[in-house]
Amino acid sequence: MRMQTPMRTPLKQARGLGSARGGAEHFWRQRITALANVPLTVFFLYTLVTLAGADHAAVVAYFKFPISALLIMLFVISSAWHMMLGLQVIIEDYIHHEGFKIAALVGNILFTAFFGLICIYAIVKLSLGG
Amino acid sequence: MADNRMNVERPLSPHLQIYSPMFTMIMSVMHRITGAALYFGTILLAWWLISAASGVHYFSFVNAFVSSWLGLLILFGYTWALIHHMIGGIRHFIWDTGAMFDKKSLEVSAWAMFTASVVLTWVVWIAGYLVMGGRS
Repeated sequence: MRMQTPMRTPLKQARGLGSARGGAEHFWRQRITALANVPLTVFFLYTLVTLAGADHAAVVAYFKFPISALLIMLFVISSAWHMMLGLQVIIEDYIHHEGFKIAALVGNILFTAFFGLICIYAIVKLSLGG
Repeated sequence: MADNRMNVERPLSPHLQIYSPMFTMIMSVMHRITGAALYFGTILLAWWLISAASGVHYFSFVNAFVSSWLGLLILFGYTWALIHHMIGGIRHFIWDTGAMFDKKSLEVSAWAMFTASVVLTWVVWIAGYLVMGGRS
């Protein structure tokens, strides 16, 4: 390793150079979204069972009920966030080329944001639309 | 800028191709695989929600796909992955408290997790078919 006479301490040089450019907050948010996801996933599974074989009118009627619409929206938000954090770790573990890694990290954020927005829009339209 | 790319010959810890597979290890890998699968499985959820919001015609098109054998197979895999990942997450929460880290508990909880995920998936599907049967 070539180095000019270092003016900074080794700690200062290492700081911020981890693969995630961050520390405990990633872990913390991952756990908070995971915790929220447990009851929300149970409700989502209940929704799947309730709407098994349902026609369009039954689906609309289901989302017209505010609690259903709100809980599925919460499920989508918490899941999208959790998905973003989770795939970030996978990308950092397996993609070592710096350029591809950054492209994948950006794509991951955009994909999960679009996924969340698409679902929220659909639920709002089902719940409040005509 | 510090040059953080160090190409030094260092001893590496033994990796996947060295260890013979253990059940706990397979469950750990499955947790990551189900997580990644759910990431892409959610495309189905977004598609289904958007189709319902688009109106009767597009919804019946998407519903026909979901009701096909391929759609049902994907949905079955999706529900199993969701339940497996959820129970795996609960197992991680237990570990976060420092509990159940001994060899016996790891082995028992790995089998319990796998069994529970399979049983609960069938419970959800049987319940779904009962609801469907009650509809007609």
